[in-house]
Amino acid sequence: MRKLKELLIERTLLSSALVTIAVTVGIILVLSIQAFAFFSEVSIIDFLTDTKWTPLFTEKHFGILPLLAGTLLTSFIAIAFAVPVGLSISIYLSEYAPKSFRRTIKPALELLAGVPTVVYGFFALTVVTPFLQGFMPGLSGFNSLSAGLVMGVMIIPYISSLSEDALHAVPYSLREAAYGMGSTKLQNAFKVIVPAASSGIIASIILAISRAIGETMIVAIAAGQQPRLTLDPTVPIETITTYIVQVSLGDVPHDSLEYRTIFAAGIALFAFTFLLNTLSYKARKKFQEKYE
Amino acid sequence: MNNITKNRLKNNAFKVWGIACTLLGLVLLAIFIGSILMDGLQRISWEFITELPSRFVDQGGIFTALMGSVWILVLTTFIALPLGIAAAIYLEEYSKKNKLSSLLEINISNLAGVPSIIYGLLGLEIFARIMQMGASILAGSFTLALLILPIIIVSTREAIKAVPKSIRDASFALGASKWQTVYHQLLPASFGGILTGIILALSRAVGETAPLIVIGALAYVPFAPSTPMDQFTVLPIQIFNWISMPQHGFEQNAAAAIIILLFITFAMNGIAVYYRNRWQKKFK
Amino acid sequence: MEKEKKAEVIDSSLKRKYKIEAKEVKVWYGDFMAIKGIDMNIKANSVTAFIGPSGCGKSTFLRLFNRMNDYIDDFRMEGKIFIDDNNINKKKVNVEKLRKEVGMVFQKPNPFPKSIFENVAYGLRIQGIKDKTFLNERVEDSLKQVALWNEVKDDLNKSALALSGGQQQRLCIARTLAVEPSIILMDEPTSALDPLSTAKIEELIFQLKEKYTIVIVTHNMQQASRISNHTAFFYMGELIEYDQTKKIFTHPEKKQTEDYITGRFG
Repeated sequence: MRKLKELLIERTLLSSALVTIAVTVGIILVLSIQAFAFFSEVSIIDFLTDTKWTPLFTEKHFGILPLLAGTLLTSFIAIAFAVPVGLSISIYLSEYAPKSFRRTIKPALELLAGVPTVVYGFFALTVVTPFLQGFMPGLSGFNSLSAGLVMGVMIIPYISSLSEDALHAVPYSLREAAYGMGSTKLQNAFKVIVPAASSGIIASIILAISRAIGETMIVAIAAGQQPRLTLDPTVPIETITTYIVQVSLGDVPHDSLEYRTIFAAGIALFAFTFLLNTLSYKARKKFQEKYE
Repeated sequence: MNNITKNRLKNNAFKVWGIACTLLGLVLLAIFIGSILMDGLQRISWEFITELPSRFVDQGGIFTALMGSVWILVLTTFIALPLGIAAAIYLEEYSKKNKLSSLLEINISNLAGVPSIIYGLLGLEIFARIMQMGASILAGSFTLALLILPIIIVSTREAIKAVPKSIRDASFALGASKWQTVYHQLLPASFGGILTGIILALSRAVGETAPLIVIGALAYVPFAPSTPMDQFTVLPIQIFNWISMPQHGFEQNAAAAIIILLFITFAMNGIAVYYRNRWQKKFK
Repeated sequence: MEKEKKAEVIDSSLKRKYKIEAKEVKVWYGDFMAIKGIDMNIKANSVTAFIGPSGCGKSTFLRLFNRMNDYIDDFRMEGKIFIDDNNINKKKVNVEKLRKEVGMVFQKPNPFPKSIFENVAYGLRIQGIKDKTFLNERVEDSLKQVALWNEVKDDLNKSALALSGGQQQRLCIARTLAVEPSIILMDEPTSALDPLSTAKIEELIFQLKEKYTIVIVTHNMQQASRISNHTAFFYMGELIEYDQTKKIFTHPEKKQTEDYITGRFG
């Protein structure tokens, strides 16, 4: 009797765990079935090479490139801002700051990641863009620059917190060795601790990139809704995620080609982030094997 | 000698830079909260919270959105909580090191990184359309439950892992079964940690906008929902809607609603940190 | 032969009497007083062993000589320590420079996760030395001094973590030697090693004292008696007895010392 009960419980727990697999399978199925229907009407070559994205116009073009460019541009700005700042914070907190300072600052910084993204979007649109316009008169009201920068602020804690964890996990004996040889804290940090924690740091950066690429509300609010193949950060653009939101807000009939475009866009986004997440996972595992 | 002085200089320069970077994030957060308070504080009143929405700028309130958020939060908790904790228990205490367990592990870590809008697409097809829930609270809750499931699993596992091995040994040595050990020892001992993770996951859910827009949650709902099958809106969508309006007055409304939303998320974060600190003292 | 002897005489007459001098040193960790006022002088080119039960303050005292305690949050000290007649506790003392003069080997081998070559070259690199031939020479020379050269000369670019524990510890000593310190502090350098590796390190220490002043903390009484010229016995933050090793191990003056070395407590 007791054995049966134990077995039943184990099976129940296992099936709960299997739900997570079902979710992944579900995502892949949903996206690919709809995307498949989409690609039976639109050639995949056009999708990947056409430089215009105008599914909602009478003259339809289905080139993902403008959306991809918008996504990569905003993400690049965010990463270019967040990586140096986030890494500096992690090194400062792990190697320089007094323990008590570190203990209070880390949760405070993590609060930055807890702010809902719609709120960041509001901030980008109503504070950062007007501020930047003060010395960049050519900046339009919607642009990838302020959306990217604010997104950078949002992902700082992903980098600072996870990298700090990695730096902190490097055994203290290595620091002793470095200091014992007459290293300054800076030399200790950059020549010994950062290289030793490199895979953990890389994992945090990849995760941050994936976050930036998948971010929706900030760019939907502050970067505009105009698909445009450009690298100019001062003009309105549209990201993959914004396009999905734009269609969802409108009255597009189900089972129309327009409706399916969001799944085609979605599968591109999913493939991208899936790849990055897997890389990040591998890097993190490598780090854990080394030090845990 | 010269080199050593130079190295010291560089070291001090980096220290200043590091402090500057650390403060930058906090200063931005402060500017940001300050500017929102300036924009929105005067709009906040009891009526703003308790009244139905209005198409006039200076009338109406966020009642339907607030109720929508509460409904979503409660249902999401009911769906995600048992699933997440059960999965975590399985992975931490039952699963053996084999292909299945490593597949589950990679998969959960991957799901945690899937953009929230993709969950919206999943919810739209599976819950709203195939299961015919439409753009209801229930469909929204299922969608957000799947979204926060990986977060709950990861944090629950951490909490269970933190329970000292000696407690397991003691329980088994007294003849307890695996489940008895889990139920009577590990869950109570890790309760604080599990709670922290759940509150943090829910504070993420309460701020989510994109997936609910995708499943079809509306920007304008005239009445507060009364059953799980009702259409709904939530605070973040209401905010997004106001931001998208061209008239200046709506910006104020958005700021006021943001104050309420931030208050809720920060309060949840605060409670989570409080529980974490209290719980961590138990084992240290 | 004759010439050499003469040189040695001149050298020693020029030399200060003591390499390290500690005056009324007290140390606190928060409220806990770890060292309760110690005076001690250590001679150049000798091996001095610190012995005593765990928590007696011997490691703390050792770490004062290269100011490694600076990184402990609630550490506080009083008194003065002189190395070559310079007070090393003055504010303007450059700690990095001090640590090039006073090298340290730790309890567990702690090679950097870099190649063998880079481990030994590290101390020179952080001084800004880039001259490739100079680095090569110094690395080879240092590895030869610790008798590791023949074992690793073909694997200089391999990770130091691939070496055995004993090899790693000799590598850590080589790494310290490469920057040419005059003092080497060793904090239980063999406690994590097997007997064979321990024997090799002990032999090495014996040779190194020709050129360096060595201070070693050890739990192993036989080790202290085998390799050191002087031995200091610490107990509860105090220096109980400090004398020639032979004397300490045969005719200790204090009862506590005798109890400890005969194994009656500790």
